[in-house]
Amino acid sequence: MSMQGVNNEDNVDLNKQQSREVRRRSLRLLFSLIRGIRLRLVGSFFMVLVSQALRVVGPGLITFAIDRALPAAIKGDMKLAWLTAGAYLICAIGSAATTSFFLVYAQRTNQAVLFQLRDRLFRHTQMLSLEFHEKYTSGRVISRQTNDIDSIKELLDTGGNEMVAGIIYMIFTGIALASLDFQSFLILLFAFVPLAILTRWFQKQTKFWYRKSRVASAKLIVHFVETMTGIRAVKAFRKEKRNQDDYNVLVEDYRSINAKVIQIFGIYDPGLTMIGNITVAAVLLFGGMRAMHGDFSIGLLTGAILYTKRFFDPMENIAQFYNAYQSANSGLEKVSGVLEEDPTVPEPTHPDVLAEPKGALDFDNVEFHYSNGKTILPDFNLHIPAGQTIALVGTTGAGKSTLAKLVSRFYDPSAGTVALDGHDLRKIANDDLRRAIVMVTQEAYLFAGTISDNIALGKPDASSDEIMAAAKAVGVHEFIMSLPDGYQTDVNKRGGRVSAGQRQLISFARAFIADPAVLILDEATASLDIPSERLVQHGLQTLLKGRTAIIIAHRLSTVSIADRVLVMEHGRIIEDDAPAKLIAGTGKFAKMHKAWRDSLA
Amino acid sequence: MNNRGTVATLLRIFPYAKRALPRVILGIVAALSTQLLALTVPTFLSGIVNNLKTNPSVSALIPGVIAVLVLGIGEATFVLLRRWLVLTPGTHVEAGLRRSLYAKLQDLEVGFHDKWPSGQLLSRVTGDLSLIRRWLSFGLVLMVSNVITIVVGLVILCSYHWILGAIFIVTSIPIWFKGFKFETEYHRVARQSQDQAGDLATSVEEAVHGIRVLKAFGRGNFFADKFARDANALRSTELKKARMIASLWLYLIMIPETAVGVSMLVGIYLVSQNQLTIGGLVAFFATARVLTWPTESIGFFISMTLDAKTAVERFFEVIDTNVDIADPEHPKHIENPQGRLVFKDVHFKYPDAPEDQADLLKGVDLEIQPGESIALIGITGCGKTTLTALTTRLYDATAGSIELDGVDVRDLTREELRQHIAMAFEDATLFSSSVRDNVLLGRPDASDADLKQALEIAQAHFVYDLPDGLDTKIGEEGLSLSGGQRQRLALARAVAARPSVLVLDDPLSALDVDTEAMVEDALRTVLKSTTALIVAHRPSTVMLADRVALLEDGRITAVGKHSELLATNEHYRHVISSIEEEANKR
Repeated sequence: MSMQGVNNEDNVDLNKQQSREVRRRSLRLLFSLIRGIRLRLVGSFFMVLVSQALRVVGPGLITFAIDRALPAAIKGDMKLAWLTAGAYLICAIGSAATTSFFLVYAQRTNQAVLFQLRDRLFRHTQMLSLEFHEKYTSGRVISRQTNDIDSIKELLDTGGNEMVAGIIYMIFTGIALASLDFQSFLILLFAFVPLAILTRWFQKQTKFWYRKSRVASAKLIVHFVETMTGIRAVKAFRKEKRNQDDYNVLVEDYRSINAKVIQIFGIYDPGLTMIGNITVAAVLLFGGMRAMHGDFSIGLLTGAILYTKRFFDPMENIAQFYNAYQSANSGLEKVSGVLEEDPTVPEPTHPDVLAEPKGALDFDNVEFHYSNGKTILPDFNLHIPAGQTIALVGTTGAGKSTLAKLVSRFYDPSAGTVALDGHDLRKIANDDLRRAIVMVTQEAYLFAGTISDNIALGKPDASSDEIMAAAKAVGVHEFIMSLPDGYQTDVNKRGGRVSAGQRQLISFARAFIADPAVLILDEATASLDIPSERLVQHGLQTLLKGRTAIIIAHRLSTVSIADRVLVMEHGRIIEDDAPAKLIAGTGKFAKMHKAWRDSLA
Repeated sequence: MNNRGTVATLLRIFPYAKRALPRVILGIVAALSTQLLALTVPTFLSGIVNNLKTNPSVSALIPGVIAVLVLGIGEATFVLLRRWLVLTPGTHVEAGLRRSLYAKLQDLEVGFHDKWPSGQLLSRVTGDLSLIRRWLSFGLVLMVSNVITIVVGLVILCSYHWILGAIFIVTSIPIWFKGFKFETEYHRVARQSQDQAGDLATSVEEAVHGIRVLKAFGRGNFFADKFARDANALRSTELKKARMIASLWLYLIMIPETAVGVSMLVGIYLVSQNQLTIGGLVAFFATARVLTWPTESIGFFISMTLDAKTAVERFFEVIDTNVDIADPEHPKHIENPQGRLVFKDVHFKYPDAPEDQADLLKGVDLEIQPGESIALIGITGCGKTTLTALTTRLYDATAGSIELDGVDVRDLTREELRQHIAMAFEDATLFSSSVRDNVLLGRPDASDADLKQALEIAQAHFVYDLPDGLDTKIGEEGLSLSGGQRQRLALARAVAARPSVLVLDDPLSALDVDTEAMVEDALRTVLKSTTALIVAHRPSTVMLADRVALLEDGRITAVGKHSELLATNEHYRHVISSIEEEANKR
């Protein structure tokens, strides 16, 4: 079972090889994120060193004050006391200043990492093919970009500096103990055995449970997003109770997993304290026995105990960080899986130059199968000269939409080529391709923002005059002007509800302003009422002038403006001629047209 | 936004945390005990060592070692106890808040959801709630125990010499001022950061839901640039937060240390003047050192508390929202639904529309007799879909009333109302579950025969060809179904609910001519016995209905048969016939 990309990402119980695979890619991601900030990390390291040093000096100065400055003061000489107190103050200010400065410095680094990760993940998901999105589902994509990033944010907030400082501190303390009394140091080393066992247990447990927790929280998000997106249907069909039951189960799953994770840390952390305290007692026992035999001084024993105790001081911080790391790591595993997904519709590395697209389209021996093996287009050949308007008709499942998706390169053909002006679509840079070919579908999605923004999506640098001209051309201008803020009306706010038909008109305006060489309309007029459709028809005649167009419509009224009608069935073209000729004939289209005419009467 | 104090805001969470409260308090006790034990261990150790100095024997050593061991195990046990006491209840509180928020959101009317970007809701139910949990089971517990430790410590410091204690108290004054200023300023920025995180989630959601449009226009990068700008705004806010925390920390670290430095000088002077013993000074330093961590960590806990306050605030913004479309206090009940639907002078304006804007519906009067079907006709945007949404109270009429079998729809529970009236929306929402579940959404206990019949009427035979037939999981993952297929499932769903009133919003728009004709034939049998309101754009759909109602300028201006209206009504002709006439002329 491969863990490549997002395959089997809900699997939490990984075997060795899968673990290695997943660990490698999340480490790769981690390192690639760090690469840009190496210098800052080195800077952080030194800052931690300085502030740690300043903090260590403090207790030393206190000892000095008691051992030296105090006797001098009792003798009436306060000079040393002044000096020591002065030095202490300088250290205090210095350590406060460096800590405070470091906080901002570290946060700048953290935020740079987070920003980079967010940006990269967002762009990457945008690049991934529709096939991926349809399979992976929107809720999961959202979960990766919100919840999983949050777990990484938490790791960064916990602060690697604490851990680095802690480790430095432990190393120094260990060395000090070893040079003071090697036997006690050996006892300390021996403590590493239970420490290692406990840590190994912790690591194994958390890895498993944090993975489960990522999966559970993604499920929560998927469910939540689906409910809120479909709230009308939820209410209309009284799904609230059933939803709540399902959601409660998911909440409880997530809660119990989360509680489990926390409990594991709740054992690990006191476990560390326990090991530390037992080690101190052991050092005391063995040191005390040696002291009784006279071969160990009391002073040395005091020192050995103090150092052993101090050695374990930073453990809690390190454990805290390690815990956050485990949590972030399972987030990283998921994120890196998405980033590992290759776009199945990749951009060419050496694109053909497409200066002035004319709009000639060619299908050569095109085959298309879905991933489940179902064949939609068996062997498809078609030439559409530049500037021609094609009407594509046929029953559901004939392959019309597939054809449209191939031309707009939502998918690549399984075999054969689709070419624009002689260039294989796979060889055209994405920007060029999108400039040349635009598709309007039945699903007219409006983004948050003003109506004007939504039209301008077709041409981001469009002037307001251009936007208005586009709206006028497709006949939606009057409607927009009737809204409270006209073109500046927020599509989600201030009573500016936009009906399905109006949404479609706006997306027409969007296509109009994009001014492509090839325009594909896939059932783009389905929701329009008749007056709007008539307006669009008029608009279309100007819109389609000098362009190649493929129009898929069930309403045969659109056919009248086509130069050529293609009738499809089971992935093949069965009729291909001018509309008037087909209507006059006796073929499938003539029948369809008659049925349609009858439906009007 | 109401601006309660931090404590008042945080206290609002306690009804949800009632059951966890005793354990939280015990947790605080355990945390305090840990700190106290940690405090005694060093003194104990030095005592034993001193003891060994005078009496190096097993009888002195072994009890000492055992005592140290017991204290050490005790300390670890208290840590274990604190975590065990507090952490699980914390997750229960979080889960409870999450369930309440979800329940509230499902209860709130569609108008609420129109206003709120979904990412803002998502960020409330995820990040915000875990923030509250961590504050409750970690921040609150340690902050309280730290404050107590500090207070106790200060008392102990004063007991060594009042001047030394006074130094600590006086120098801490700037911290109070700083902390007060910090509270107001930080809260604002924390709020901004959480809102921006919500905006970011909204952008993420939009980019995913609108992926087809973004791809079709090649605007992925354009949108990503916008996202990057938002992410950058969040980054600057986070940095602003960090700078504020840093300046608070500067005070929190520097001032106690300064106090130690000053008292070092004063202490030495006092000892030299015989006003303080050497032992007293040593003990003073030891105590001051123990206080370092609690004092420094206060900064961390203050910002955590303020983050939690903001999260609580954001939580209650939703919870406090009044459910405008709620169940009546004394609901009526329709025993034998006939399906008589009457609109009486219905007015409507969207709740967030500007004051001066005219009503969208300005007095709709319409009577649909039991078993009758009416086609609703009107130009795009005239309020047809809105009118259908009023029947099941997705929105409430702003004036006038809608009656089902003589009962105002507002006098029925929403549950009952929506049982009587089933809708098929134009944009078919499918949920990620099986075909069966999706179709039987309105009547989960329906038999297989009913299911089959509904699919038959909607001509949705294609479902049998899906990989797992009726058990194929569709919905979110079913985006690869064509628009026509989705629409037929939505229709099947409405039919399968066997309501007394069917409300269909342009139910056949995405179907091809052949399929449409077949669906219409099948649907006629259903409509014979069911009351129906059908929004129609095409004559073919109009033909399904017994009569036609024309919606114009917010009123029903004509009701009659298609042929009558076609002959007599200018506006009706404009709406329904122009293209076809043109086409027919050709």
